[in-house]
Amino acid sequence: MEKIFFPPESLYDVPTHYCPGCGHGIAHRLVAEIIDQLGIREKTIGIAPVGCAVIAYDYWKFDCSEAAHGRALAVATAIKRVRPQNIVFTYQGDGDLAAIGTNETIHAANRGENLTVIFINNAVYGMTGGQMAPTTLLGQKTSTTLDGRDRQKHGYPLKISEMLALLPGVHYIERVSLHSPQEVLKAKSAIRQAFENQINNAGFSLVEILSPCPTCWGLSPKESLDWIRDHMQKEFPLGRIK
Amino acid sequence: MRGDLPGLLHRNIQISVAAGTVPEWGLSLLSEVSMAREKHQKKLKKILITGNEAIAEGALSAGCDFYAGYPITPQNELIAYMAKYMPESGRVFIQAESELAAINMVYGASAAGARAMTSSSSPGISLKQEGISYIAGAELPAVIVNIMRGGPGLGNIAPAQSDYFQATRGGGHGDYHTIVLAPAYVQEAYDLARTSFDLADKYRMPVMILGDGFLGQMMEPILVRRRSPATKGHNKEKPWALTGCEGRRPNIIKSFALAEGALEQLNLKLQQKYKVIKNKEARFEGLFLDDAKIVLVAYGTMARIAKSSLTRLRLAGERVGMIRPISLWPFPQKAFCPRSKKIKYLVIEMSYGQMLEDVQLALNGKAQVEFLGRSGGGLPSEEEIINKVKKIL
Ligand SMILES: Cc1ncc(C[n+]2csc(CCOP(=O)(O)OP(=O)(O)O)c2C)c(N)n1
Ligand code: SF4
Ligand SMILES: [Mg+2]
Repeated sequence: MEKIFFPPESLYDVPTHYCPGCGHGIAHRLVAEIIDQLGIREKTIGIAPVGCAVIAYDYWKFDCSEAAHGRALAVATAIKRVRPQNIVFTYQGDGDLAAIGTNETIHAANRGENLTVIFINNAVYGMTGGQMAPTTLLGQKTSTTLDGRDRQKHGYPLKISEMLALLPGVHYIERVSLHSPQEVLKAKSAIRQAFENQINNAGFSLVEILSPCPTCWGLSPKESLDWIRDHMQKEFPLGRIK
Repeated sequence: MRGDLPGLLHRNIQISVAAGTVPEWGLSLLSEVSMAREKHQKKLKKILITGNEAIAEGALSAGCDFYAGYPITPQNELIAYMAKYMPESGRVFIQAESELAAINMVYGASAAGARAMTSSSSPGISLKQEGISYIAGAELPAVIVNIMRGGPGLGNIAPAQSDYFQATRGGGHGDYHTIVLAPAYVQEAYDLARTSFDLADKYRMPVMILGDGFLGQMMEPILVRRRSPATKGHNKEKPWALTGCEGRRPNIIKSFALAEGALEQLNLKLQQKYKVIKNKEARFEGLFLDDAKIVLVAYGTMARIAKSSLTRLRLAGERVGMIRPISLWPFPQKAFCPRSKKIKYLVIEMSYGQMLEDVQLALNGKAQVEFLGRSGGGLPSEEEIINKVKKIL
């Protein structure tokens, strides 16, 4: 019998530590598949964040670095400047990219660094137990917004992708989601675009991925996908932003 | 203060003749002698330059491939020098958006195999501490320059030595050290900048150059290696670096050690390394230790002033010696071996007693230790030192 479905070469054949129904595993796989398709595994350098994906380098089979919480784009900037012949990308959560690391994010984008950013928006701080993230929806209950996020006390969900799109240094931004097979396919082609841009020296490219966190949302895996479809994508509309 | 510096070498030689002793000349002097010889071979040239610029020039000559920094007084000449000379030889210069970004850029550049450096002054160095801790944990080579100013808080821009604890005790979180080198002369700033990159690579760890605002901004003529604008960076192969995994297993740069016992193993490995460094890398300059009844202990700019006091005291017939630690970590403990219990030590700092604790630890009760220090803009003068010595003697 002919084998037509393989695990990507860019992924180690090991189980992940992610919760059932978590989006991180899917996003890791999409990145790995695209790196295989583009034939760039041997020149790719990935930057893992501090967040639930902290040990992404145990799953990806290419060179990787840790970065301190929020500093992935500073680390990536330097690696790419030192080794422009390599393909360098960061993989960051919403707390990492849009709270503690906002400054690094904005300035790397504004410098137009020729980098690829995979931005996992799960509307919470997953790793530390589900606190409010900058992306938490109004009314969403978290362990630090017990009565739900309140605009007066906590401000509004931060649309960092739309903010970054204002910067002339930014080449490409697209928001995608993992809530259905069709959306996963769209996510994959956006990720491909973001890596191709770097190969073509086009400049800063970011893909924001709405990603389920059943554990911190207190929902089943299926309910989590529906919650993205029914609530999250209303606040964070899908599609090409720039 | 600058006025009495050029004559210093001269006076020291006179004193050694007068006192009939041969001083143990420090590294800077030795290197000046050997460099003067090399100069005849046309490898060197003499330039007039500030301490900040000398560190930058030393870094360029050591093959620094990457620099990131954020402006802060009194180290701005350093970042400006790098902005001017790094790009012309195809090396990377980035004015970062903050000290946090700069140190994490250094982390990234070093992870990719580059010789990388950042510089700042006290408040900026505080911001870099998390990054330095990661660099230590991930065992990356890096050079960090702190041209100290007064604190705490925003303090002021006057020279100070009040970051000694922060520099020598790790500074950030975790059981780690950085090698700390403290130049006192502009020539030595240049020489030690070169040394720093070698030590960082050799031990795969952060090395800090700890100077103060006087040293950073003072101009002196120094001998530097000739360097063509086209001279590239270091480019030495580092098998552990991130270069893309072609033809090998993937490399990972990280400080995270999640598996059972893994972090303890990492720490034990670091401690082993620190033990070797303590044995091999301590540096100091000693003067008149063979007959001194009182030994001045000072580093950096403070050591230059102490040396001037020593000169005057010696000419007046007082048996005064001096220890100038050049490496602050590892601290040159072995220099502190008093010939008798009667020998006294006077620690002089531009702080309220930080290196003092290392001297006390090194002597461990074997001799009396006195202290003279000022901070926050002031520093002990030659006269104050002389008066203090006379009082103690
Ligand atoms: C300087 C610092 N502050 C706080 C933390 C604790 N911390 C670890 S992960 C995290 C939040 C991660 O959230 P996010 O970036 O959204 O990633 P997720 O886990 O949701 O994928 C925090 C606050 C840390 N490791 N370092
Ligand atoms: S806490 Fe959330 S983001 Fe983290 S692994 Fe579990 S489901 Fe995924
Ligand atoms: Mg998150």
